[in-house]
Amino acid sequence: MEQPNQTYINSLSGDDKAFKQKLIDVIKKEFPEEKQVYFDNYHAKNYKLAADNVHKLKHKISILGLEKGYEVAVAYENNLLEGSANQKDLFEAILTNITKYLEEI
Amino acid sequence: MNCIVIDDEATARMIISQLCSHVPSLNVLEEFPNAMQAIKYLNQKEVDLIFLDIHMPDFTGFDFIETLKNPPKIILTTSDPNFAIQAFEYDCIVDYLVKPITLERFQKAIDKAESKQNKPATTASNAEKVESTSGNDLYVNIDRRLIKIDIPSIYLVEAKGDYIQVKTEDKNYTVHSTLKKIEDKLPDSLFLKVHRSYIINIQKIIDIEDNSVLIKKDVIPVSRSNRPELMKRLNLL
Repeated sequence: MEQPNQTYINSLSGDDKAFKQKLIDVIKKEFPEEKQVYFDNYHAKNYKLAADNVHKLKHKISILGLEKGYEVAVAYENNLLEGSANQKDLFEAILTNITKYLEEI
Repeated sequence: MNCIVIDDEATARMIISQLCSHVPSLNVLEEFPNAMQAIKYLNQKEVDLIFLDIHMPDFTGFDFIETLKNPPKIILTTSDPNFAIQAFEYDCIVDYLVKPITLERFQKAIDKAESKQNKPATTASNAEKVESTSGNDLYVNIDRRLIKIDIPSIYLVEAKGDYIQVKTEDKNYTVHSTLKKIEDKLPDSLFLKVHRSYIINIQKIIDIEDNSVLIKKDVIPVSRSNRPELMKRLNLL
């Protein structure tokens, strides 16, 4: 499975280690919150709102260099808008993968 | 240029401010997590440039632009390339950045903003609109591709929140746009808004019953206020 990386974060940070750490801290704070809102909306069958949440999570997915994951998120967002949960498992596997990664860095 | 950043995502605000720090001509005055706070700020102060996220809860970036009488230059930031066509309808929008934003792409956007620095901006109401229609075709942006739709083949357009669903003889398309935008692009001779959430192709009507029309297999409500216009458009015996 495609693994998260810090290529984009490093390109943005350059030698600014303080900025890099601050950015990672903000991602670590925001990601679980956004993920939880997504799960809440999905389980409440609020697919339109869940699609909005996926839309927001797409940014984190792309920041962490998950190009294939981003494509899955795009497709899943569109599916949710049409009331379908197709690609749910794939998308949620990406969230799990990111969660583990953020715990390790 | 004095600028502000509007984005509901803290990560995005931080990244844009960091990108701004690489450009000596930019001075970030404030960051806002929502459009309402930015509107209050702009009632007090003037800025040269706004970095604006489109997809925000309650009040989208486009809603925000519509509130500005004299908008400054605006660079849109979004995770969704599907808004590109809509963005070009606003003269004040100088560029459209898809997240994650690289420094190189960001610099290009700033160059564009600086080259427009001395030109007055206008909103969509008096800006020259870029047509996304060509003859019988309508182009819609889906997943970074402009898809051509044959206009007469459209039988129904339905509003679904921030999206519209365009139904044709062959396929359905979900597009990030508004009913108003597509209504402006469709010929009046063929299409009629029969309800605040529906535009129909009147040539595709199968039957009409009281306050609804049957179009293909879809039963569409007709608003009381729209019914007289619908009846006027029919060739009644």
